[in-house]
Amino acid sequence: MLGYFVQRLAQAVVVVFAMSIIVFVGVYAIGNPIDVLIDPGATQEIRAKLIAQYGLDQPLWRQYLTFLVNVAQGDMGTSMVYNIPVVDLVFSRLPATLELVFVSVVIATGIGIPAGLYAGYRPDSYGAKAIMALSVLGFSVPTFWIGMLLIMTFAVNLGVLPSGGRGDLGTVLGIDTSLATLDGWSHVIMPALNLSLFKMGLMIRLTRAGMVEAMRTDYVKFARAQGLTDRQIVFSHVLRNISIPIVTVFGLELGSTLAFAVVTESVFTWPGVGKLIIDSILQLDRPVMVTYLVMVVILFVLINLTVDLVYARLDPRVRLKGGA
Amino acid sequence: MMPDVSIDHDTLSPDGATSTTASGAPVQTRAARLRAFWSDFCRAPVAVVSLIVIILLAVVSFGAPWVSPQDPYDMASLDWMDAFLKPGSVGAGGYTHWLGTDNVGRDMLSAIFYGLRTSFVIGLSAGVLALALGICVGLSAAYFGGRLESLLMRIIDLQLSMPAILLALVLVAMMGQGVGQIILALVVAQYAYFARTTHGAATVERGKDYIEAARSTPLPARRVVFRHLLPNVLPPLIVVATVQVASAIALEATLSFLGVGLPLTEPSLGSLISNGFKYIHTDRTWLSIYPGVFLMITVVAINLVGDQVRHVLDPRNQR
Repeated sequence: MLGYFVQRLAQAVVVVFAMSIIVFVGVYAIGNPIDVLIDPGATQEIRAKLIAQYGLDQPLWRQYLTFLVNVAQGDMGTSMVYNIPVVDLVFSRLPATLELVFVSVVIATGIGIPAGLYAGYRPDSYGAKAIMALSVLGFSVPTFWIGMLLIMTFAVNLGVLPSGGRGDLGTVLGIDTSLATLDGWSHVIMPALNLSLFKMGLMIRLTRAGMVEAMRTDYVKFARAQGLTDRQIVFSHVLRNISIPIVTVFGLELGSTLAFAVVTESVFTWPGVGKLIIDSILQLDRPVMVTYLVMVVILFVLINLTVDLVYARLDPRVRLKGGA
Repeated sequence: MMPDVSIDHDTLSPDGATSTTASGAPVQTRAARLRAFWSDFCRAPVAVVSLIVIILLAVVSFGAPWVSPQDPYDMASLDWMDAFLKPGSVGAGGYTHWLGTDNVGRDMLSAIFYGLRTSFVIGLSAGVLALALGICVGLSAAYFGGRLESLLMRIIDLQLSMPAILLALVLVAMMGQGVGQIILALVVAQYAYFARTTHGAATVERGKDYIEAARSTPLPARRVVFRHLLPNVLPPLIVVATVQVASAIALEATLSFLGVGLPLTEPSLGSLISNGFKYIHTDRTWLSIYPGVFLMITVVAINLVGDQVRHVLDPRNQR
């Protein structure tokens, strides 16, 4: 187990380094940020001074080394647009994204799992067919367009919910959050619903598939023979058995929900990390792009590593095959 | 170059016209299997309707120059007086703008037909190229095995854990705007799905006797892989391909909507919606609703067809 752990950890570190080089070189290849930053009439001296200040006159490999040394000291550079350290910028935006993701995950599971259970319990009913049709829509219709329809319906036509922004913030346990005020909730509910739809479709399908499979098994027949009601069977036997794959996919999907927040945050002008990355791509704010991408790579490598290690813990075949 | 020995492909491959299955039952010919597939496919009316819708959309989009009332990108044919006409009004051109006009007096119906064409071209090219790349990667991993296999599959697993939208976003940001760049970004973001499926199916197939038999002959590896292995891993790939074309169209629309895809001068459904989104707080909702409806119908129809193909090809559902 230890050998396998060390091997996978080493692989993860190599991947993060390789990806950081790809990201750095790739981002470097985009346009010349100086042209965007300074006014075209600026003198050559100002221009040269700025280029030297951002280190853009150095060869690429030296820029990368400087970047690595700074990262090791916890310095990811300074945003060219906001002129504040990138780390501060990203962390100031992170709570907004996390709270959006949190609410959307709660909505996805709160609606997705019961709906999936019902669809698997009565697979031929009209209700089940309607639920499955909705899950196909949640999967295939682009998020941004559903978000737009939500805004049109609830913000423009009915005028009951605000169309964007984060609303009033309250403080809970020292963290500023929209979830502490009623106004904040009215702002978060629509983007969170929008973000949850894809995940909800996934939850419905997984739960339904597990439920259909489980209802045919012997343990359900025996539980019935014992005289248990269907309610007892579903909630105390079936749900426990089908929860493992649901929890696994749930964990894997957390990362992609964070990534999908990019789209939802842009539609609802939610001031989170996703909106920040889109803005910095459009404004060629390189340090922010590099930081965000490296953070995302680390996040996904960590998720993968955790899943692999948990599987290896549960299934000895994995570590015997993989760990030489 | 190894000479092709005179071994009939059909006697080795289980899908040949003259061979028999292990149970001794005669195998259907290719045409008969296609007919059986088609009659199974037609059992779901929703899928048939979806297929008809896709064909209709393909016809109007690729025939856009002939069926649309106006060439929306010929600036000379646009009239500023026609800007923001409501759906159904008659403009200076003397014909009805069924879906209204946009901020420069462009007929929305024509713009949608042309936009749909861009979306189809991008979706199909990205799908086909990703399929080809994915097949090559997946097959070489499965056929050659060893270190190459573990390296390739590690890369693919890592890529699959990242959402395609994020990868495509980053790539487009790096390469800049344009149809070619978008297609390239989508191919890189999507080939992994094909590689994964190919590899999965091919690892099952490579252990079977007919591949062993083919390998024991002096046929070159290339021929064994493409003539014997490939045809038998194709069915699951067809399903993935339909889903990926739909998702490529949706991804392109999303990228254009976010402002990193195609500019409005080279319109797709996404850039049309993005343009309409600016007017969302006015009553000019037709600017974003109609391109969105076309986008939704296209993507959902392709997915429904893919679902039915999956259902028919699934061995558990075979009669």
